[in-house]
Amino acid sequence: MYNPSLWRVRRFSDVMPEMLHLQREMNRLFSHVGQKEPQDYPSVNIWEKGDTAVVTAELPGIDPEKMDISVSGDTVTIAGTALQETFAEGETYLRQERGIGSFKRNIKLPFQVNAQAVDARYEKGILMITLPRIKNDSPKKIKIQ
Amino acid sequence: MVEKDMQKTENVSATERIRNVKTFVPRVDIFENKDSLFLVADMPGVDEETVDIELEKNVLTITGRVENGRIKDATMMYSEYEIGDYERVFTLSDEIDREKIVATVKNGVLRLELPKAEKVKPKKIAIQAA
Repeated sequence: MYNPSLWRVRRFSDVMPEMLHLQREMNRLFSHVGQKEPQDYPSVNIWEKGDTAVVTAELPGIDPEKMDISVSGDTVTIAGTALQETFAEGETYLRQERGIGSFKRNIKLPFQVNAQAVDARYEKGILMITLPRIKNDSPKKIKIQ
Repeated sequence: MVEKDMQKTENVSATERIRNVKTFVPRVDIFENKDSLFLVADMPGVDEETVDIELEKNVLTITGRVENGRIKDATMMYSEYEIGDYERVFTLSDEIDREKIVATVKNGVLRLELPKAEKVKPKKIAIQAA
């Protein structure tokens, strides 16, 4: 039944990588239904304001000094570590729901960002990053001769 | 981050509000030592003016009001999270000294220190013979 010669059929083996890829995609899709992956933290909202994109994220209780925001090309990276409680003796958790540990997320924008002009603010646990587009990256109007 | 549902949970049991906004359940950590109970709640978007803590008998209610989060002159292009108020109710088992409750809000995180009452005397109920 499992004749190895079957695997040697050219046309079939050509399709194999594609099929494996598809299978992997399907598994990934269905094993995480309704569940966010760690690389999807924090959740973001993206706004457009003229030539500027504004990315907002809810990141409660993060030390702004320990938050790492970097821009390269068209990608902005948000990384940081959630503060962890330090317990004195005799203290125990009765409930632990808040996120702990570190996170890192890359967000790709549809344009090149002027890294010099990026502005980030952190207020009330909400991070707001303003990302202006590079001037000469704006679409050029081409005149027809 | 650990494998956990990191999305906000909408508050289904909350009573309806006058303001037409969604309410969410703030995620909390609760820990205790022999003197106090500590409650830490993630409530991004609130500050000391917009958070409300109420303790009636042994029912602790935490509410937070959040501005709609719109950015002036900007259009939303992509959205992964929603903005709304917070509400969560806890029933406390220990007697709390309500005069000494300390609440602080920093970076969208509410911290509550609920000191246990000095004398929480276990009440013994005498059973009377019929």
